[in-house]
Amino acid sequence: MQSHRLAPPTRRQVLGAACALALPWVDARAGAPLTRRIPSSGEALPVVGLGSWITFNVGGDTAARAACVEVVRAFFAEGGRMIDSSPMYGSSQPTIGFALAQIGRPSALFSAEKVWVGDGARGPAQIEASRAHWGVSRFDLMQVHNLLAWQEHLPRLFEMKAAGQLRYVGITTSEGRRHAEIEQVMRTQPIDFVQLSYNLLDREAEQRLLPLAQQRGIAVIVNRPFREGALLRQLARHPLPAWAAEIDCSYWAQVALKFAVSHPAVTCAIPATSQVAHLRQNMAAARGRMPDAALRSRMARDVAAL
Amino acid sequence: MFAPRIYWRLFESLNLAFWPLHAGIALAGLAWLGWVGRDGGVPGRAAARAALVALALGWALSGWAFLWHRLAPIHWLAAYIAPLFLLQAAALLALALHGAVQGQHDRLRRAIGLALLLWALLLHPLLAGLSGWPWTQAEFVGLAADPTAIATLGLLLMLRGPRGPMRALWALPLAWCMLSAATLWTMGSAQGWVPFAALLLAAAAGRRGGHAAFAEGGTRDHGRAR
Repeated sequence: MQSHRLAPPTRRQVLGAACALALPWVDARAGAPLTRRIPSSGEALPVVGLGSWITFNVGGDTAARAACVEVVRAFFAEGGRMIDSSPMYGSSQPTIGFALAQIGRPSALFSAEKVWVGDGARGPAQIEASRAHWGVSRFDLMQVHNLLAWQEHLPRLFEMKAAGQLRYVGITTSEGRRHAEIEQVMRTQPIDFVQLSYNLLDREAEQRLLPLAQQRGIAVIVNRPFREGALLRQLARHPLPAWAAEIDCSYWAQVALKFAVSHPAVTCAIPATSQVAHLRQNMAAARGRMPDAALRSRMARDVAAL
Repeated sequence: MFAPRIYWRLFESLNLAFWPLHAGIALAGLAWLGWVGRDGGVPGRAAARAALVALALGWALSGWAFLWHRLAPIHWLAAYIAPLFLLQAAALLALALHGAVQGQHDRLRRAIGLALLLWALLLHPLLAGLSGWPWTQAEFVGLAADPTAIATLGLLLMLRGPRGPMRALWALPLAWCMLSAATLWTMGSAQGWVPFAALLLAAAAGRRGGHAAFAEGGTRDHGRAR
């Protein structure tokens, strides 16, 4: 059994903990989305980003591509920054690149990508192909997708970060898989980000990973905040509870997002959508009042009982 | 993965690109069935070869136009399967040219084969509309992969020929039906049951009389065993 004894906290971890606890919300200007700081740098990120799994995999469908452009345009108009994708997401990368080119490559973009190949030697070529699809000079964040060959990829990503070819390094998992291994990486590797699934019903990350991220000064990206839409389809049959108004929520999507991003360890969530109306609903969850710990418990309890 | 609406729109794009080839395919298919009907429902050598050539063209077109150009951008696996479609086309063509094929005399196999062919030609295109999708997204034999695979299974049931090549020709249609069923189910589409049912039906019918049913002379074995 591997020992999980922690080393004394580093300056970065102390900074990260301070960011997470003392400065949980940073609201730069009225109407701007709420932000959280990346523990390893202090850079502020809006708490709602944009995922691209399924929704941006539109191939050569010109109408769907045009719709994605409008979603990305609305995302930046609403103050969004982080867009997340992966080579695993089919044509999502070229769709993002097309959209960014169409709207003039906004400087606010925080590009989050993944490397997803079992052979570590092929990682750099895949990253370069992804970069070409996006049309960016470099990625802000490069993550090892679903821990695939992380032992081979991470050293190379750290080298790229040191050389200024990346700004942050992370790892991802989804659907609650391989949490023990994720924990091991979080304890032993100087990663900046971890991406995991967390929502009103899937709360396993609360047990170990989220507290560990706070402790180690690792930013957390939440994927599947709606369980790929299944959670919202399930909740749509029920009226919003009275407490939704207390946190300025008009839709279940906002309830789900506010629950995810109000955990003190979470930096941002990355819901995916192909509709501008839904994008605006999602971005509205980055504004207004957030639930406190007591209300978060009630939210989870009430939703589980539905 | 991809959104169901994007998947179904692939067929719309395919249909727009190749219209009115669909009508020609359906008419040719019906003409072939009429030809076989005049021969007592048992395809003769010329009819068998003609059908093999037609389906070879269908696999090639479906592999190139559907899998490679339309499905592969949203489904990475399709890029690896598309060349197999071309191999299947080449194998069908080789068998047609070889010429050692003739009609299957086992009535039940032939009837099931005919049912699958009719389904693929005439009924499968109706599924889009019946499922609430636009009719422009209908799937046609020779363009879309599912009806092409189902039609091929039907034809193989109606024919007999050299054991090795005939067996080899079953592999990809069966595998595609399984993969397509899994894909459709993953998308939440009940249409996944169609290729799955075709797979089960064809496999069950193909096994009539044991493995020899796939081989030259399979008819003798059926008569003996049952």
